[in-house]
Amino acid sequence: MAETYHLPQASLDPLFSVILASGRRILAPTDRDGRSELNPVTSPAQVAKDYVQTALSAKGTVFPKVEKLLSYATEPGKVELTDPVPNALPTVLFGIRPCEAAGFQALDAVFNWDYRDKFFNARLEQLAVIGVSCTRKDDACFCTSVGGGPGAVKGSDILLTPMEGGYLAEVLTEKGQALVALAPDLFNPGNGVDKAKLVVDVPAAFDQPALTAKLPALFDAGLWADQALRCVGCGACAFVCPTCVCFDIQEEADPRAGRRLRIWDSCGYHMFTLHASGHNPRDTQGQRWRQRVYHKFSYYPERYGMLGCVGCGKCTRACPVDMNLREHLVEASQAQVKP
Amino acid sequence: MSDQNIYLPYLMRIAKITEEAPNVRTFRLEFVDETAAQSFDFHTGQFGLYSAFGEGESTFCIASSPTRKGYIECTFREVGRVTGALADKEVGDIVGFRGPYGNIFPIEQWKGKNLLFIAGGIALPPLRSVIWNCLDLRDWFKDITIVYGARTVADLVYKHELKEWEQRDDVNLVCTVDPGGETPDWTGKVGFVPPVVEKLAPSPDNTIALVCGPPIMIKLTLPVLAKLGFTPESIFTTLENRMKCGLGKCGRCNTGKTFVCKDGPVYTLDQLNHLPAEY
Repeated sequence: MAETYHLPQASLDPLFSVILASGRRILAPTDRDGRSELNPVTSPAQVAKDYVQTALSAKGTVFPKVEKLLSYATEPGKVELTDPVPNALPTVLFGIRPCEAAGFQALDAVFNWDYRDKFFNARLEQLAVIGVSCTRKDDACFCTSVGGGPGAVKGSDILLTPMEGGYLAEVLTEKGQALVALAPDLFNPGNGVDKAKLVVDVPAAFDQPALTAKLPALFDAGLWADQALRCVGCGACAFVCPTCVCFDIQEEADPRAGRRLRIWDSCGYHMFTLHASGHNPRDTQGQRWRQRVYHKFSYYPERYGMLGCVGCGKCTRACPVDMNLREHLVEASQAQVKP
Repeated sequence: MSDQNIYLPYLMRIAKITEEAPNVRTFRLEFVDETAAQSFDFHTGQFGLYSAFGEGESTFCIASSPTRKGYIECTFREVGRVTGALADKEVGDIVGFRGPYGNIFPIEQWKGKNLLFIAGGIALPPLRSVIWNCLDLRDWFKDITIVYGARTVADLVYKHELKEWEQRDDVNLVCTVDPGGETPDWTGKVGFVPPVVEKLAPSPDNTIALVCGPPIMIKLTLPVLAKLGFTPESIFTTLENRMKCGLGKCGRCNTGKTFVCKDGPVYTLDQLNHLPAEY
């Protein structure tokens, strides 16, 4: 259904204006002391210019760090529950990278594969994504090794690819069409531009299908423990990840009233799997690191038919001990499977 | 239609509290909402998340049988914040319950078979649900044997029911306590569960074995069953990984490609042999 247009640079200002006037907010990467992060913006001038990636992912727009699942008031012999309505604001995410846009599908898989999660769904329904293709990369990027690419369209409602005088605009979904319909005159007819020539070249670093096929046999290999030797178990990788979905449920209460909260969590934490008995199924950091890799590259494909990694490299940039997911996966790809 | 809030628990009134063993209690819970009471249904093997409002949720099996309508029961040991808060509750107090979650013991497939239950300590509750379910459908099954062990006589749970099972002539109950755990009036066996099973030597022919207990008991009992000729497909257990959601989302109980909360908690030994040993 993709329709291709040319969006002149001068159209961006009025496009932001009509989006805002339609009652949607716009979240875009902004520059704060050299670190780009998602913030509400009102004009393209506020959008960061030379970012490769935002530090945090955009998943918080559909899966906030803290979500109130319910609240209650108690008195002796009585409890009154309140079912909260998620505060899902109509939102346009502008300028996230194709890798991140692809991440929403991995979140959707978990939140709706069986029981449907109303909090996630309410926010996703209100979200439209205007992705912007990559003209820059850094050492952490590996989208092309995991089925993505610097100009990949999956997850975007509109994908903009920078070109001379503006953008190549691919309108990919009904949500994208609805945005174009706000001001169709801003979009000019497309002119057969070769997108591949506009985006940065990201060579594939490893053969992912071969790695996924090999992982079961590598389960007891020593490399996971070796790779995790320097892991401090801080969980930063999970918090910045666009697809990491594991969460905790915690209570915040006084004796008369309280609320139950869903909070981001990480499989890298010792407490994550610790039983009440003291037994811990994943007792070492090596086992927890292996779980992170296997969840994304073995269990996700088997369970949902997709990867739990989009190759954005945010984990690598955030890691305080320089673990590099791409390099670790390359190492696993080259490891010998013991017969 | 918009989605329901899957994290919202049923409100349950504590109808009865039974002290089972030191720090171990059974709650009988009745639905506050009559409509929920009518529509609620579960199968043996399933579990739920029980809330102490103000502290949070804990995961326990449903320890009662689905043949006993109008209530559910849970048995728990006071070990942490939530179970501590639950232990402070009294009859008439309100707690939360989400469930039933997870898969089931396929008892319909066991018609005409012998059943061998092997449980240790606080792990009898999940099997107690199956035991009563099967006893309430006694005609379906041939011999029913229960081997139950605990560290001491005081640690045996469901003492009144053990007596009842002992007196029934259609149940073969073998109770044992660890050496040193016996009292002067103890008439059961003294010894660990694995050697007791070995000596009892139940026949594997046409028999389903259900094993539930602390990891060390399971680890040492499985080779005994294998030696007796039980196949991995005929041995069932139930896992109790740490969980937060029970809905296949929060990631805690993820073991290999499975979620214990969705694909389990009931597994055959054959299925466990194909999972990473992260449980």
